[in-house]
Amino acid sequence: MTYELISYILGGLTIGSALMVILSSHPIRSVMYLVITFFFISGHMVLMNAQFLAIVNIIVYAGAIMVLFLFVLMLLNLNKESEPRMTFASQMAAILAGGTFLLVLLAALAESTLPPMPEGMSKQIADIQNEGLVQNLGQLLFSKYIVPFEVSSILFIAAMVGAVLLAKREKQNTEEI
Amino acid sequence: MPALISHAEFSKDFYLFLCPILFTIGAVGLMIRKNMIVMLMCIELMLNSVNLLLVSFANFFGQGDAHIFVFFIVVVAAAEATVGLSIILMAFRNLRSIDVDMFKKLKN
Repeated sequence: MTYELISYILGGLTIGSALMVILSSHPIRSVMYLVITFFFISGHMVLMNAQFLAIVNIIVYAGAIMVLFLFVLMLLNLNKESEPRMTFASQMAAILAGGTFLLVLLAALAESTLPPMPEGMSKQIADIQNEGLVQNLGQLLFSKYIVPFEVSSILFIAAMVGAVLLAKREKQNTEEI
Repeated sequence: MPALISHAEFSKDFYLFLCPILFTIGAVGLMIRKNMIVMLMCIELMLNSVNLLLVSFANFFGQGDAHIFVFFIVVVAAAEATVGLSIILMAFRNLRSIDVDMFKKLKN
Protein backbone atom coordinates (compact mmCIF):
# COMPACT_ATOMS: atom_id res chain seq x y z
CA MET A 1 0.00 0.00 0.00
CA THR A 2 2.77 2.45 0.87
CA TYR A 3 4.52 1.54 -2.39
CA GLU A 4 1.42 2.47 -4.38
CA LEU A 5 0.95 5.65 -2.39
CA ILE A 6 4.56 6.75 -2.95
CA SER A 7 4.23 5.96 -6.65
CA TYR A 8 1.07 8.03 -7.00
CA ILE A 9 2.49 11.01 -5.12
CA LEU A 10 5.74 10.90 -7.07
CA GLY A 11 3.83 10.52 -10.34
CA GLY A 12 1.65 13.51 -9.60
CA LEU A 13 4.68 15.62 -8.69
CA THR A 14 6.45 14.52 -11.89
CA ILE A 15 3.51 15.50 -14.08
CA GLY A 16 3.13 18.80 -12.25
CA SER A 17 6.76 19.81 -12.64
CA ALA A 18 6.77 18.62 -16.28
CA LEU A 19 3.77 20.86 -16.93
CA MET A 20 5.60 23.76 -15.28
CA VAL A 21 8.51 23.20 -17.71
CA ILE A 22 6.35 24.02 -20.70
CA LEU A 23 4.10 26.59 -19.01
CA SER A 24 6.63 28.85 -17.25
CA SER A 25 7.45 31.82 -19.40
CA HIS A 26 11.06 32.29 -18.33
CA PRO A 27 13.53 29.78 -19.87
CA ILE A 28 15.67 29.62 -16.72
CA ARG A 29 12.61 28.61 -14.70
CA SER A 30 11.94 25.94 -17.32
CA VAL A 31 15.45 24.56 -16.83
CA MET A 32 15.01 24.50 -13.06
CA TYR A 33 11.67 22.69 -13.31
CA LEU A 34 13.22 20.21 -15.74
CA VAL A 35 15.97 19.48 -13.20
CA ILE A 36 13.26 18.85 -10.59
CA THR A 37 11.43 16.58 -13.05
CA PHE A 38 14.62 14.58 -13.62
CA PHE A 39 15.05 14.15 -9.86
CA PHE A 40 11.49 12.83 -9.59
CA ILE A 41 12.11 10.46 -12.51
CA SER A 42 15.21 9.22 -10.70
CA GLY A 43 12.97 8.62 -7.69
CA HIS A 44 10.73 6.46 -9.84
CA MET A 45 13.78 4.53 -11.03
CA VAL A 46 14.88 3.87 -7.44
CA LEU A 47 11.38 2.54 -6.73
CA MET A 48 11.83 0.06 -9.58
CA ASN A 49 15.21 -1.37 -8.47
CA ALA A 50 17.19 0.63 -11.05
CA GLN A 51 19.64 2.24 -8.67
CA PHE A 52 22.48 2.63 -11.15
CA LEU A 53 20.28 4.31 -13.75
CA ALA A 54 18.81 6.63 -11.13
CA ILE A 55 22.30 7.86 -10.23
CA VAL A 56 23.31 8.10 -13.92
CA ASN A 57 20.15 10.07 -14.59
CA ILE A 58 20.99 12.56 -11.86
CA ILE A 59 24.66 12.88 -12.82
CA VAL A 60 24.27 13.05 -16.59
CA TYR A 61 20.93 14.79 -16.98
CA ALA A 62 20.52 17.00 -13.96
CA GLY A 63 24.24 17.48 -13.45
CA ALA A 64 25.74 17.79 -16.93
CA ILE A 65 23.13 18.42 -19.61
CA MET A 66 21.02 20.84 -17.60
CA VAL A 67 24.09 22.80 -16.50
CA LEU A 68 25.01 23.05 -20.19
CA PHE A 69 21.54 24.43 -20.93
CA LEU A 70 21.90 26.93 -18.09
CA PHE A 71 25.31 28.06 -19.37
CA VAL A 72 23.93 28.61 -22.87
CA LEU A 73 20.92 30.50 -21.52
CA MET A 74 23.18 32.77 -19.50
CA LEU A 75 25.51 33.30 -22.46
CA LEU A 76 22.57 34.36 -24.60
CA ASN A 77 21.39 36.82 -21.95
CA LEU A 78 17.69 36.66 -22.77
CA ASN A 79 14.97 38.69 -21.16
CA LYS A 80 11.20 38.53 -21.08
CA GLU A 81 10.74 40.78 -24.13
CA SER A 82 12.92 38.58 -26.33
CA GLU A 83 10.91 35.48 -25.43
CA PRO A 84 9.10 34.47 -28.63
CA ARG A 85 5.37 33.85 -28.23
CA MET A 86 2.88 31.81 -30.18
CA THR A 87 -0.60 32.95 -31.03
CA PHE A 88 -3.44 31.70 -28.84
CA ALA A 89 -5.07 29.82 -31.71
CA SER A 90 -1.96 27.82 -32.59
CA GLN A 91 -1.39 27.05 -28.91
CA MET A 92 -4.93 25.70 -28.64
CA ALA A 93 -4.41 23.67 -31.81
CA ALA A 94 -1.21 22.21 -30.35
CA ILE A 95 -2.92 21.30 -27.08
CA LEU A 96 -5.80 19.72 -28.99
CA ALA A 97 -3.39 17.71 -31.11
CA GLY A 98 -1.45 16.62 -28.03
CA GLY A 99 -4.62 15.63 -26.19
CA THR A 100 -5.79 13.54 -29.13
CA PHE A 101 -2.38 11.90 -29.33
CA LEU A 102 -2.51 11.06 -25.62
CA LEU A 103 -6.02 9.65 -25.96
CA VAL A 104 -5.03 7.38 -28.83
CA LEU A 105 -1.85 6.28 -27.03
CA LEU A 106 -3.64 5.46 -23.78
CA ALA A 107 -6.49 3.67 -25.57
CA ALA A 108 -4.03 1.56 -27.55
CA LEU A 109 -2.01 0.71 -24.44
CA ALA A 110 -5.13 -0.15 -22.43
CA GLU A 111 -6.22 -2.62 -25.09
CA SER A 112 -2.80 -4.23 -25.44
CA THR A 113 -1.79 -7.43 -23.68
CA LEU A 114 1.72 -8.57 -22.95
CA PRO A 115 2.92 -11.80 -24.53
CA PRO A 116 3.56 -14.59 -22.03
CA MET A 117 7.04 -14.70 -20.65
CA PRO A 118 9.29 -17.02 -22.70
CA GLU A 119 10.51 -20.18 -21.02
CA GLY A 120 13.79 -19.86 -19.19
CA MET A 121 13.35 -16.11 -18.88
CA SER A 122 11.67 -16.16 -15.50
CA LYS A 123 14.14 -15.38 -12.77
CA GLN A 124 14.43 -15.63 -9.05
CA ILE A 125 13.09 -12.72 -7.02
CA ALA A 126 16.58 -12.04 -5.69
CA ASP A 127 17.86 -11.70 -9.25
CA ILE A 128 15.13 -9.19 -10.10
CA GLN A 129 16.04 -7.13 -7.06
CA ASN A 130 19.71 -7.13 -7.99
CA GLU A 131 19.17 -6.49 -11.68
CA GLY A 132 19.78 -2.75 -11.56
CA LEU A 133 22.98 -2.88 -9.56
CA VAL A 134 26.28 -1.76 -11.04
CA GLN A 135 27.82 -5.23 -10.94
CA ASN A 136 25.15 -6.91 -13.07
CA LEU A 137 24.87 -4.04 -15.52
CA GLY A 138 28.63 -3.82 -15.86
CA GLN A 139 28.90 -7.52 -16.64
CA LEU A 140 26.14 -7.17 -19.25
CA LEU A 141 27.62 -3.99 -20.73
CA PHE A 142 31.12 -5.38 -21.11
CA SER A 143 30.12 -8.78 -22.48
CA LYS A 144 26.89 -8.79 -24.49
CA TYR A 145 26.80 -5.10 -25.35
CA ILE A 146 30.50 -4.39 -25.76
CA VAL A 147 30.21 -3.42 -29.47
CA PRO A 148 27.51 -0.74 -28.96
CA PHE A 149 29.49 0.51 -25.99
CA GLU A 150 32.61 1.01 -28.11
CA VAL A 151 30.58 2.53 -30.95
CA SER A 152 29.12 5.07 -28.52
CA SER A 153 32.64 6.35 -27.86
CA ILE A 154 32.96 7.11 -31.60
CA LEU A 155 29.61 8.88 -31.39
CA PHE A 156 30.93 11.00 -28.53
CA ILE A 157 34.07 11.94 -30.43
CA ALA A 158 31.94 12.91 -33.43
CA ALA A 159 29.64 14.98 -31.22
CA MET A 160 32.60 16.67 -29.53
CA VAL A 161 34.29 17.55 -32.82
CA GLY A 162 30.97 18.78 -34.19
CA ALA A 163 30.27 20.95 -31.17
CA VAL A 164 33.74 22.52 -31.26
CA LEU A 165 33.50 23.10 -35.01
CA LEU A 166 30.05 24.69 -34.76
CA ALA A 167 30.81 26.83 -31.76
CA LYS A 168 34.06 28.15 -33.21
CA ARG A 169 33.74 31.73 -34.27
CA GLU A 170 34.10 32.26 -37.98
CA LYS A 171 36.77 34.65 -39.23
CA GLN A 172 34.55 37.25 -40.85
CA ASN A 173 32.23 37.19 -37.86
CA THR A 174 34.89 38.33 -35.45
CA GLU A 175 35.68 41.30 -37.63
CA GLU A 176 32.02 42.33 -37.66
CA ILE A 177 31.72 42.30 -33.88
CA MET B 1 7.62 -13.31 -2.10
CA PRO B 2 4.32 -12.33 -3.73
CA ALA B 3 4.50 -8.72 -2.55
CA LEU B 4 7.32 -7.88 -4.94
CA ILE B 5 5.56 -9.50 -7.90
CA SER B 6 2.47 -7.42 -7.25
CA HIS B 7 4.68 -4.32 -7.04
CA ALA B 8 6.09 -5.10 -10.47
CA GLU B 9 2.57 -5.72 -11.78
CA PHE B 10 1.32 -2.48 -10.29
CA SER B 11 4.25 -0.40 -11.48
CA LYS B 12 3.98 -1.76 -15.04
CA ASP B 13 0.34 -0.64 -15.26
CA PHE B 14 1.05 2.63 -13.48
CA TYR B 15 3.94 3.61 -15.75
CA LEU B 16 2.04 2.56 -18.87
CA PHE B 17 -0.32 5.32 -17.78
CA LEU B 18 2.24 7.88 -16.54
CA CYS B 19 4.83 7.73 -19.32
CA PRO B 20 2.47 8.55 -22.22
CA ILE B 21 1.32 11.58 -20.23
CA LEU B 22 4.91 12.75 -19.73
CA PHE B 23 5.66 12.08 -23.40
CA THR B 24 2.62 14.10 -24.48
CA ILE B 25 3.61 16.98 -22.20
CA GLY B 26 6.97 17.02 -23.97
CA ALA B 27 5.34 16.85 -27.40
CA VAL B 28 2.88 19.64 -26.59
CA GLY B 29 5.74 21.73 -25.22
CA LEU B 30 7.57 21.21 -28.47
CA MET B 31 4.55 22.60 -30.31
CA ILE B 32 3.54 25.53 -28.11
CA ARG B 33 6.99 27.01 -27.43
CA LYS B 34 9.05 28.90 -29.95
CA ASN B 35 12.18 29.25 -27.85
CA MET B 36 14.68 26.82 -29.35
CA ILE B 37 16.31 25.96 -26.01
CA VAL B 38 13.00 25.12 -24.37
CA MET B 39 12.13 22.98 -27.39
CA LEU B 40 15.38 21.05 -26.93
CA MET B 41 14.47 20.60 -23.26
CA CYS B 42 11.09 19.19 -24.25
CA ILE B 43 12.89 16.60 -26.38
CA GLU B 44 14.92 15.63 -23.29
CA LEU B 45 11.66 15.25 -21.36
CA MET B 46 10.26 12.94 -24.04
CA LEU B 47 13.44 10.85 -24.02
CA ASN B 48 13.26 10.56 -20.27
CA SER B 49 9.65 9.39 -20.28
CA VAL B 50 10.65 6.60 -22.67
CA ASN B 51 13.54 5.74 -20.35
CA LEU B 52 11.14 5.45 -17.45
CA LEU B 53 8.86 3.06 -19.35
CA LEU B 54 11.83 0.92 -20.40
CA VAL B 55 12.97 0.69 -16.78
CA SER B 56 9.49 -0.32 -15.64
CA PHE B 57 9.40 -3.14 -18.20
CA ALA B 58 12.90 -4.21 -17.19
CA ASN B 59 11.63 -4.40 -13.64
CA PHE B 60 8.58 -6.38 -14.73
CA PHE B 61 10.51 -8.96 -16.76
CA GLY B 62 13.54 -9.03 -14.46
CA GLN B 63 15.97 -8.52 -17.33
CA GLY B 64 18.89 -6.12 -17.29
CA ASP B 65 18.99 -5.55 -21.06
CA ALA B 66 16.53 -2.67 -20.98
CA HIS B 67 18.80 -0.90 -18.47
CA ILE B 68 21.57 -1.01 -21.07
CA PHE B 69 19.23 0.46 -23.65
CA VAL B 70 18.34 3.28 -21.26
CA PHE B 71 22.07 3.83 -20.73
CA PHE B 72 22.59 4.21 -24.47
CA ILE B 73 19.60 6.55 -24.76
CA VAL B 74 21.23 8.75 -22.11
CA VAL B 75 24.51 8.65 -24.08
CA VAL B 76 22.80 9.67 -27.32
CA ALA B 77 20.82 12.38 -25.52
CA ALA B 78 24.02 13.87 -24.13
CA ALA B 79 25.61 13.96 -27.59
CA GLU B 80 22.45 15.39 -29.10
CA ALA B 81 22.22 18.12 -26.46
CA THR B 82 25.80 19.31 -27.03
CA VAL B 83 25.44 19.48 -30.82
CA GLY B 84 21.97 21.04 -30.61
CA LEU B 85 23.11 23.69 -28.17
CA SER B 86 26.10 24.61 -30.29
CA ILE B 87 23.83 24.94 -33.35
CA ILE B 88 21.54 27.20 -31.31
CA LEU B 89 24.52 29.28 -30.17
CA MET B 90 25.68 29.69 -33.76
CA ALA B 91 22.17 30.60 -34.94
CA PHE B 92 21.90 33.16 -32.14
CA ARG B 93 25.23 34.70 -33.11
CA ASN B 94 24.10 35.15 -36.71
CA LEU B 95 20.43 36.00 -36.21
CA ARG B 96 20.35 37.58 -32.72
CA SER B 97 17.29 35.56 -31.79
CA ILE B 98 16.35 32.11 -30.57
CA ASP B 99 12.97 32.09 -32.24
CA VAL B 100 12.61 28.94 -34.38
CA ASP B 101 10.85 31.01 -37.02
CA MET B 102 14.18 32.72 -37.65
CA PHE B 103 15.26 29.56 -39.46
CA LYS B 104 12.89 30.64 -42.24
CA LYS B 105 15.68 32.99 -43.26
CA LEU B 106 17.68 29.96 -44.35
CA LYS B 107 15.39 29.73 -47.38
CA ASN B 108 17.01 32.72 -49.07
